[in-house]
Amino acid sequence: MRYLPLTDTDRQAMLATIGAATIDDLFVDVPEAARLSGPIAGLPMHASEMAVERHMSALAAKNVAAGSVPFFLGCGAYKHHVPASVDHIIQRGEFLTAYTPYQPEIAQGTLQVMFEFQTQVARLLGTDVANASMYDGSTACWEAIGMARRITKRAKAILSPGLHPHYVSVAKTMAKYTGDALDTATPTLDDDFGIDALIAKIDGETSCVVVQYPDILGRIADLTALADACHANKALLIAVVTEPVALGAIRSPGEMDADIVVGEGQSLGVGLQFGGPYVGLFGCKDKYVRQMPGRLCGETVDAEGKRGFVLTLSTREQHIRREKATSNICTSSVLCALAMSAHMTLLGEAGLRRLAEINHLGAAAAADRLAQVPGVEVVSNAFFNEFTLKLPREARPVVRALADRGILAGVSLGRLYPGDGDLANGLVIAVTETTTQDDVEALARALAEELA
Amino acid sequence: MTINASGWRPERPETNADTAPATFTGNRALMLDEPLIFEVGSTETTGVDLAEVPAGTSRLGGLERARAIGLPGLSEPETMRHYTRLSRQNYAIDLGLFPLGSCTMKHNPRLNEKMARLPGFADVHPLQPVDTVQGAFGVIHELAEWLITLTGMHSVAMSPKAGAHGELCGILAIKAALDAKGEGARKVILVPESAHGTNPATAAFAGYAVENIPASDAGRIDTDALLARLGPDVAAVMITNPNTCGLFERDMKTISDAVHAVGGFVYCDGANFNAIVGKVRPGDLGIDAMHINLHKTFSTPHGGGGPGSGPVVLSAALSPFAPLPFVVKQSDGKFALIEEESAGDDHPHSFGRMVAFHGQMGMFTRALTYILSHGADGLRQVAEDAVLNANYILRSLEGTLSAPFAASGPCMHEALFSDDGLAEGFSTLDVAKGLIDEGFHPMTVYFPLVVHGAMLVEPTETESKAGIDQFIGALRSVAERAKAGDASLKTAPHFAPRSRLDETQAARKPVLVWREPVLAAAAE
Repeated sequence: MRYLPLTDTDRQAMLATIGAATIDDLFVDVPEAARLSGPIAGLPMHASEMAVERHMSALAAKNVAAGSVPFFLGCGAYKHHVPASVDHIIQRGEFLTAYTPYQPEIAQGTLQVMFEFQTQVARLLGTDVANASMYDGSTACWEAIGMARRITKRAKAILSPGLHPHYVSVAKTMAKYTGDALDTATPTLDDDFGIDALIAKIDGETSCVVVQYPDILGRIADLTALADACHANKALLIAVVTEPVALGAIRSPGEMDADIVVGEGQSLGVGLQFGGPYVGLFGCKDKYVRQMPGRLCGETVDAEGKRGFVLTLSTREQHIRREKATSNICTSSVLCALAMSAHMTLLGEAGLRRLAEINHLGAAAAADRLAQVPGVEVVSNAFFNEFTLKLPREARPVVRALADRGILAGVSLGRLYPGDGDLANGLVIAVTETTTQDDVEALARALAEELA
Repeated sequence: MTINASGWRPERPETNADTAPATFTGNRALMLDEPLIFEVGSTETTGVDLAEVPAGTSRLGGLERARAIGLPGLSEPETMRHYTRLSRQNYAIDLGLFPLGSCTMKHNPRLNEKMARLPGFADVHPLQPVDTVQGAFGVIHELAEWLITLTGMHSVAMSPKAGAHGELCGILAIKAALDAKGEGARKVILVPESAHGTNPATAAFAGYAVENIPASDAGRIDTDALLARLGPDVAAVMITNPNTCGLFERDMKTISDAVHAVGGFVYCDGANFNAIVGKVRPGDLGIDAMHINLHKTFSTPHGGGGPGSGPVVLSAALSPFAPLPFVVKQSDGKFALIEEESAGDDHPHSFGRMVAFHGQMGMFTRALTYILSHGADGLRQVAEDAVLNANYILRSLEGTLSAPFAASGPCMHEALFSDDGLAEGFSTLDVAKGLIDEGFHPMTVYFPLVVHGAMLVEPTETESKAGIDQFIGALRSVAERAKAGDASLKTAPHFAPRSRLDETQAARKPVLVWREPVLAAAAE
C-alpha cells in the first residue's frame, strides 16, 4: 500500500524488539469477542491512484459546475475568481501539512499569517481586533450571540428578518440548550431593511441585535441609528457579513459602531466547495477581546529580542479552562484563512475596491436588464452585488426549469423559506466579476420564455 | 549570465567555522526573515488584473465607503515570495515526523488534494437544485456508508465542522433523546480526568454538570468508581477510547452496559480511532455516539489549525435525533436532501441544524479518496502499523524515559512518558525544545494531565522504520542530556527561526493586530 512505508521485514524486526510474537499480541486489550478477524466483509479492498481517480471523477461529473453555465447563486456563498497563486500558496506542504502552532519557534509561518489575517480582517470589518478564524459564518454568528450574553449578562437576542435562515436555524438549535430567547421573523419581499422595526423591539432585557449586512435579500442600510439604539439600552449590535467583497464598496459595520462583526470569508480566496470548508470571520471592539471565542495570535519577542508571534489569551480556551471555557471550539479554519489572506494581499486596497465596483455595477446593470422581463419586478433599491426579483409566480419551479435549460438562475426564496407563501415568488440573484453580459442576457431570455 | 571561462573552480576553504559575520540583512543564506505585509505592501499595489469598471449608476443608497480600509497589496511575484518565505519557517509532516499525541499527524496524500479540486466538487454551490449536485450527494452518501460500516453504527451525522463540533452534536442528540423519553432531569455527564479539554467544555455548553472520574494506577478509567457513580441523574459518560494515555479501555463494554442499564448514554471521543480502524467496531462496544476526526484518521490536512471535519456516528437509539440536513438515497437511486422543509414527516425528532449548508464537503472528498485508496484491508493495516510503531517507540525508550504505564501492557497508537528522572530544574518543555534542534516536531507535552510532565508520542503508520529509529535516537539523546543536566537544553531551540518566545508578555499586553509604529507608540 503506497502510504505505508513498513515492509514485512521491518514489521518482524519491530515485533521482535517489542517482544511480541504477532501483531495481535498488541491488541490483547481489545476484548476478543469484539476483535475483527480480518478486513470487514462487503467493503472494497485497496485501489490504485488511477482506479480511485476514475471513481471520484465519475462522481464529480454528475455535478453541474458553477463555471460551466450562466450562474447567479449567492445567499451566503459566492462565486468569485480566485487567482491561481492562492491555490499554489495553500498547497505549500509547510502550510498544508502543519498542525496548530503549539511550538511557536517552528511555526512562525502559520503564526505570522494568522497575525496578518487578524489585522486584514479587523480593518475590513472596521473592528479593533479580529480572531484567527472560526468554522464558518453560521457558527461565528452563534458564538457572537453567546459572547453578547456573557458581556451583557442578558439572554434575549433580536435576530433581524434579513439574517440568513441557516444562521437563524443554527442559533435556534443552540439556544434550545443555552436558554437564550431569540426574537426571529421572516423577511418581507420588499425593500424594507427593517431598521425601525428592530429599534422598536430593543428593551432593557435585550443582549444584542443581530443584523446581516448586506442582508439575505441583498439589501443594505445605514446601521448607525440601530447601533445607537442598542447602546442606549446597553445592548450590543452584532453585524453579520456574508459577502466580504461588499466592504470594498460600502461602509464597514465597525465604522457604524457595531460592537461585534462576524462573517463568512469564503468569497475571498476560498471557492464554493459545496458549502465547506469555509472561514468564519470574527471581530470586535478592544474592550471585549477577553470574551472573544476562538484562536488568537499575538506579537511578542523571543529570547534574543527578535519579533515573533504566539497563540495567546488561551486561558479563554477549552484546553486550559475545560468546562469554564468561553467556547468548546478547538479548531479554526487556518488554511482557508490563509487563502483569504493571500487573496486580500494580492488584491490590496486598490484591487478590492475595484473588484467591489465591478461587482456592484455589474449587478446594477443585470437588475436593469432583468426588470425588462415581462412580469418581473426588481424589489431591491439599495444593494451591492445581490438583489431580489419578484416573479409573477412561484420561483422554485422556475429555477428548476432553468437548470434544465443549463442556467443556474439564483436562489429561490421558496428553497430558503419553504411554506412561506409571501416569499415564494422571490428569486435572489447574485452577480460577480465572473458573470458576463452574455450570462445575464441568457438568463433574461430564458426567464422571459419560462414565464411566458 | 556567463560561465567562468578561465577554468578556475572554487575550493573548500581551510576553515570557516569561526569567521561567520553578522549579515547586513540579518538573513543567513536560506534562513530568510520576512516582514509583515503591512511593512512592505502599499494600498496602491495590486497583484490582480481586473476588468475595466463598467459604466453605470451606483445604487449603494448613500453607503459608499468613505474611509480607507488600510489593506496593503503586493504584486504576484512579491506575494509568492512573501508566503513562500513564511512557509519555510514552519515545521510540517512533509518535512518530517510530527509525533503529536492524540493529533494523528499522518501523511496527507496529494491524490486527495487533486480530487477535491475537480470542478465538479470545488466549483459547486451548496444551494444548487438537487438534480445538479447528485455527485456531491453521492460522495456524502458513500463516505457515510463507509463510516457506518467501519464503526458498526446505525447512522452518521455528516455536518459537524470539527471534532469538538462533533462532540456537541453527539451530546445534543443524547439530550434530545433523553428529553423525548421524559428524562430531561438528568443533569450530570461523567468525564474521565484524562479526557480532552473539549469534552467537559462541550458538556458544560449543553447545560450539564461535569463530574470527573479518576484514572486507575494503570492509566485506565477507574471502572469501579465510574460504576459506583452511575444513577438516575447521569445523562451520559464521555469516554475516549483508545484513551489519552494511549491505552484501550478494556472495560468499555461493561461500562456501556451499566450506563444503559441506568438509562444513560455513552459518548465516545473518537479522536484516536486511527488505532482501531478495521480492528474493532465501536458499535460492538455499546457506544451510542462517536465523532470521527476526518483530519486525523482519514488524512485530510490539518492546514496549520483547521479546517477539520467531525462526522458523528450514532446508535439506533440516537439516530432519530440526528441534526439536519442529511442525504438519503431514494428507491430510484437518486439522492434527496432532508432539510427543514422535508424533515417534518419522516424525521420529526431532529434536534435541528448545526451549520449552514452541508458540512465540510471538501474534507469529505479527501477522506473518501483516502478510504478508497486504502480499502478495507489497507485501513486495517493502518491501525496495525500505527500501533506497531508506537509500541516500538515505547519499548525502545522505556529504559531511558520514565514510562508510567509501560507495565500495563501494550499501548495503542501512542506512547506516554513522564518527566520523572530528569535532572533537577529540567522539564518536559526542555526535552521538547531540544527535539526541535534535532529537526523533529516535539510530541504533545503536558497532556494528559494525569501524568506529571507528560510526553505523548504518536508516530502514526506513515513513518518508515529508519525514520522512527532516527527519532528514537534523537529523543534518547535529548533525554540523556536532560537527565545529565545539560544547561544548553534550557536555552533550546538554538537552530530554529526563533528562540523561546515570551508568551507571558504576549498575554499580559496583547498585540493582536498590526498598527503603524507611530500609532502603536501613541497607544502606549
